Amino acid sequence: MSALIPDKPGEAAHNAIDTARHLSGGQMAWYRFSRNPAALIGATIVISVFFAAIFAPWLSPHPESAGAHVDFMNRHSAPDAQFWFGTDNVGRDIFTRVLYGYRVSLGMVVGVLGVAVPLGVVLGLVAGYFGGRTGFIVMRFTDIMLAIPPLAMALAITAVLSPNLINAMIAITLLWWTWHTRLIYRIVRAQMNEDYVEASKLAGASHFHIMFRELLPNCISAISVKITLDAGFVILFGAALSFLGLGIQPPTPDLGTMVSTGSEYLPEHWWEALMPGLAILYAILGFNLLGDGLRDMMDVEL
Amino acid sequence: MIWYLARRAFSLLLVFLGLAILIFVIARIVPGDPARIALGPLATANQVAEMRTEMGLDLPFVQQLWNYLSGLARGDLGKSLLTSRDVMSDIRHALPATFELVLFTIILQIALSIPLGVLAAVYRDTWVDNVTRIISLIGVVTPGFVLAIILQLIASYHLTFFPITGRLDTALNFKADTTGLLLIDSILAGRWDVWTDALRHLLLPSLALAAAGVGQVMRITRSSMIEVANRDFIEASRAYGIPERVITFRYMLRLACVAPLTILGLEFASLIGNAFIVEFVFGWPGIASYGVRTILHKDLNAVIGVVLVSGVFFVVMNLFIDVLLGIIDPRHRMREASNT
Repeated sequence: MSALIPDKPGEAAHNAIDTARHLSGGQMAWYRFSRNPAALIGATIVISVFFAAIFAPWLSPHPESAGAHVDFMNRHSAPDAQFWFGTDNVGRDIFTRVLYGYRVSLGMVVGVLGVAVPLGVVLGLVAGYFGGRTGFIVMRFTDIMLAIPPLAMALAITAVLSPNLINAMIAITLLWWTWHTRLIYRIVRAQMNEDYVEASKLAGASHFHIMFRELLPNCISAISVKITLDAGFVILFGAALSFLGLGIQPPTPDLGTMVSTGSEYLPEHWWEALMPGLAILYAILGFNLLGDGLRDMMDVEL
Repeated sequence: MIWYLARRAFSLLLVFLGLAILIFVIARIVPGDPARIALGPLATANQVAEMRTEMGLDLPFVQQLWNYLSGLARGDLGKSLLTSRDVMSDIRHALPATFELVLFTIILQIALSIPLGVLAAVYRDTWVDNVTRIISLIGVVTPGFVLAIILQLIASYHLTFFPITGRLDTALNFKADTTGLLLIDSILAGRWDVWTDALRHLLLPSLALAAAGVGQVMRITRSSMIEVANRDFIEASRAYGIPERVITFRYMLRLACVAPLTILGLEFASLIGNAFIVEFVFGWPGIASYGVRTILHKDLNAVIGVVLVSGVFFVVMNLFIDVLLGIIDPRHRMREASNT
């Protein structure tokens, strides 16, 4: 595989059609990606979820259903041409609420990973670069955090802090950074034996420079694959929390809450729990396929 | 081997201690006065102050921590506000149900994922491989509670043989007090009706719980089987004329088991987390149901106890897997020994 990657990525871009040897790094990656049907499906799903979330007010057939709307005439109506996913116990259109639910889910992903990833990466870099006692302390602390069953801990935290969206996010963030620390620590430990690290040390580069300008770029592909896979699991986690009544509070449309309310009307009104459930599944599937595709494409081990 | 075990047990103790301190600190630094929570919004300031003294909340922080840890060493987790019993006895009461569910789930996971993974590896790139790939993907991406609800839906329409809530039919009137595990105690008591009923109740929840792990472990078994298949010694064994069956199951599978077992151990944390959801959906009377109930009532002592017990569960499970790996693969034993 390495024989196919040109010596100077980017330079050979203009005559890429000749042979594989003339493909730039980016084109090579795109070629591998486009040859992977699972990854393409994943990318399509992820794009559609983002699209649904961003344009929810324009896409939804019954925008009024997003809030505390009540329509008893159409209560519990099965999926049909007017209500694609059916309606819930107060007659709100479930399809509309799913679109808005994606907003909450994706907001959660951005909020959680936006804090947890930088934190985990920096700690991993520090622990891996300095090693020794610093590394030992950081990694043992990470081990302890990893020994706590995440959902149990998140439940406890949200319960004590009073259940709402922000606290659910705090709880998930507190547990999420550990995985990134572990990943980065492993990569950095392996990189520490490389010549370029030794060379920059000899050239008198500062610790900061070596960590963030030399080592970090070597972690980027692993981090981006991990983030993509993580996104799906953050959605799952948030949905699980609100399913138990500890996440987002009504009437904000949230997929987990919808499944939990809908499950009270099983099995006659099956769509009320199943449709939001499948919507969660769809989003997680997308991030998973995309993440796996990226992993194959960038050839990283997680 | 003795040394190895002792070292592992020691690091287990360290992790446990860290876990206890961490959980205690988190429970104390969060805003909200436990005494106020215990008494409700109607209590007067005097009552709250009295309660604080009674709960030891007016002591210095280090003293509180010390009291808590020494109580822990005696197996005392404090009183539950919800049930007003000792948290320890509540947990001991609920633990066997969870233990049975989790144990059965793990057996189910191993029994499903390793054979399917081997199958996928042996019939690599055929339709068999593709079918197992899809099964594994579905397992990984389906949230536990969605799968639980789908299973309940199917059970209530088509598989009415499977009950959708509870652990045992109340009409059977059976008390499991030898091991607490219904499947074992019923055999000991010679009650086959109880055994089959317990199994019927157990199947759907454990299936919902097993799915995520099965999906992951199956793929890992497949890839490590393929990796081992490319080693020289397999080629050599084949050249010696050793039957393919022996090569696959005795030589390859043994080595290929290392990665899946490690993952099963790591997955165990999310298994316990998912148990919260699955027990909740299926009305399973275990520690997770207890946990959710106490969490919703802000019963802090009980919450700490539940998180701690599930953490211990996880750590012990990992030790067990470590020892198992040490037996299967001597190199693992050596590596661990040189690391710590």
